[in-house]
Amino acid sequence: MIASGFDITVCVLLCLCALAAVTGRDTFRAIVFFIVYGLLISVAWLRIDAIDVALAEAAIGAGLTGVLLLGAFGQMGSADTMAREPRGAVLIALVAGAGIGAAVLFAVQGLPPEGAGLTAEVLAQLEASGVGNPVTAVLLNFRGYDTLLESIVLLVALIGVWSVASETGWGERPGIVHHARAGGTLQSFGRFLPAIGLVIGAYIVWAGSSGPGGAFQGGTVLAAVAILTILAGLVDAPRVTTRWLRWALVMGPGVFLGVALLGLFGGAFLVFPQAVAYPAIVAIEIVLTASIALTLVLLVLGPPREAPQ
Amino acid sequence: MVHPALLVAPIAAPLLAALLAIAFPRGAVAAALSAVGVALVASLVLVVEVARTGTGAALAIGGWPPPLGIALEADGLSAMFLLAASTIGLGVLVVAQGPFGWTGRETRKGYSFWPLALCLLAALNAIFLSRDFFNFYVGLELLSLSAVALVALDGKREAIEAALRYLMFALVGSLLYLLGAALLYAQYGTLDIGLIAASAETNGPTLVAAGLMTAGLAAKTALFPLHAWLPSAHTGAPAVASAMLSALVPKASFFILVRVWFDALPGQAGPGLTLVLGTMGAVAIVYGSILALLQERLKLIIAYSTVAQLGYLFLVFPLAGGDSTAQPWFAGAWTGGMVHAVSHGLAKAAMFLCAGAMMAAAGGDKLSDVRGIVAKMPLATFAFALAAVTLMGLPPSGGFLAKYLMLTAAFASGAWVWGAVVLAGGLLAALYLYRPLASLFAPADPDRTFTSVPLRTELVPLALALVAVLLGVASQFPYDILQVGRSVAAEAGLE
Repeated sequence: MIASGFDITVCVLLCLCALAAVTGRDTFRAIVFFIVYGLLISVAWLRIDAIDVALAEAAIGAGLTGVLLLGAFGQMGSADTMAREPRGAVLIALVAGAGIGAAVLFAVQGLPPEGAGLTAEVLAQLEASGVGNPVTAVLLNFRGYDTLLESIVLLVALIGVWSVASETGWGERPGIVHHARAGGTLQSFGRFLPAIGLVIGAYIVWAGSSGPGGAFQGGTVLAAVAILTILAGLVDAPRVTTRWLRWALVMGPGVFLGVALLGLFGGAFLVFPQAVAYPAIVAIEIVLTASIALTLVLLVLGPPREAPQ
Repeated sequence: MVHPALLVAPIAAPLLAALLAIAFPRGAVAAALSAVGVALVASLVLVVEVARTGTGAALAIGGWPPPLGIALEADGLSAMFLLAASTIGLGVLVVAQGPFGWTGRETRKGYSFWPLALCLLAALNAIFLSRDFFNFYVGLELLSLSAVALVALDGKREAIEAALRYLMFALVGSLLYLLGAALLYAQYGTLDIGLIAASAETNGPTLVAAGLMTAGLAAKTALFPLHAWLPSAHTGAPAVASAMLSALVPKASFFILVRVWFDALPGQAGPGLTLVLGTMGAVAIVYGSILALLQERLKLIIAYSTVAQLGYLFLVFPLAGGDSTAQPWFAGAWTGGMVHAVSHGLAKAAMFLCAGAMMAAAGGDKLSDVRGIVAKMPLATFAFALAAVTLMGLPPSGGFLAKYLMLTAAFASGAWVWGAVVLAGGLLAALYLYRPLASLFAPADPDRTFTSVPLRTELVPLALALVAVLLGVASQFPYDILQVGRSVAAEAGLE
């Protein structure tokens, strides 16, 4: 494949953004370049026809991670420039980075040119998987076990965030209180955008069974909708001890695990008989989306706030 | 052929209990104890079945055999590690009822501990049963995130700093590992250990992939000089969490390392690699021991002891490598390393649980705080001493069996340098453990009083320390189990 001018431009910009993000001591600048870097990476995925990866990178790599970093930056107070690292640490990082880069470059040169992979096997079994999108077939069926564990990793991250709350704040609402000017821009957007976001998020989940899309990407869009309405001060986040909230958080992984265990009656684990594979996978995607969206919202909001004095 | 439920239960039962603990915290303790109990019974049956039939048990998840799907498999090594994880896990959770149990009111620590501990145990079991390099990565993520959160659980500034440092090491380790796994996939079109082994060849991309994975896993196993995160993390965590972190968590990344070099890429480790890993292990033994000798706090002594004891694991690489004249001794060295992993886990968990109980009784863990505690806590002191016997490698403990196997291999094959390191390590362990033991057994000041602690906080470490000794008494059983499904390279050599 001969690289086009566009590809070369993207690659150069990627390198420049990465450099700008890791050099310099201005925290805000580093975050902004990190977000731009994520968006450029998702363009790069698009160029090699990995649309699902591009969607995930844009939604989670650039979008959600960016919001998390900005949120942390907002809570850091006056620490808007980073401390100077000791020269030895910079040197070690440089040598290690250059060494790994060179090793990977060398390794990639030696890879089989036709590219090894499982595309043929996946396509051969696609019909038996119950869904039309090969990526969804891999994520929910062929390697559904990985996805099941990943959905629990996300929950563990949330418990980890909650666990650094202040001792007195337990049971309070997460994050800081948001006030927006009544009728101002933020509040108008907070009323207007969620309607569109809901439709897009639901569509991405639904489309995932036959084309690019799925629970993680759709869940991120739905989470953005919820965060916007909270930022606009239109609704307040629920307390971390709320019962429905907790059941809703575990519902997705719980239903997935439950369905997986049903297979044990037939001597298998996480098995989808072809006749019911499509409805079962769509149902799991829907509950998983709800739990993922909720988990992401709470991850962005952060640990429960201090109890009011 | 064993029922698939036996392979699934050690993973699914703790995960189900973790979800339940998140949604319904009042039931967390009951759910956790019964789930880990189920996992323990399943592991026990697996061990017996593997020993009886002499073959491993396997399950293709979803009915999709590799390369398309993921396979779970329990060979002798998996079964032993599963049993150790569930035994230690159950002991830890029984003790954790004290500091983290339901008290009628939900607290930050009491709520968070149970899902984190359960996910940590599920992740360990998932790794011990997996045969797939990407699935290993997912297991490592679940394991590391739970472990980091447990380190921060005390909420003190130092604990949170230690947790952040741990997170950085763990994430860099994960990324290096993932990079290596991606290169292997690009090379062989599969992530399954068995399929990679069938088509593996010695070439540039394969060695770079394995090198990256090794570097990442070494950081997660706290191999010298990548150990900097361990002492503060294992000291900052609550003692019950430290028991799992020190005894079990580094063994998971070591287990994957063994799978990489012995199972997936047998015969591909050059003399350079075995020498580097062995040297770093040897330095870890000496360095960790000396630092343990210099500490004044019980938990820090135990944590630096972990740095030293993890070093022995890496001596497996030079001892089971080497040239073909040494070949008859490879299998013994490999088995010795694996027995060491299990017996160190049991002894280290016992020690941290003892330290936790003594801290609760004495109000601190400086050697001067716990001086003379034997009069108040004879059982815990005895447990500490038994665990020390295993760590020093004295007969008849599991630690002795491990060191005996390694020493025989080293001296018989002429690798006397490694043998000398093993011997020196045992002597150093006796030295750094003498100080806490002398302090515990010293006569206490007549007016010194200790708070009473629940009996179970003394009985559980005693039971774990006894199992560690038993491993050496009934040495034939662990030895035979480990031979089931043992990789070809453990016999034919790494190089």
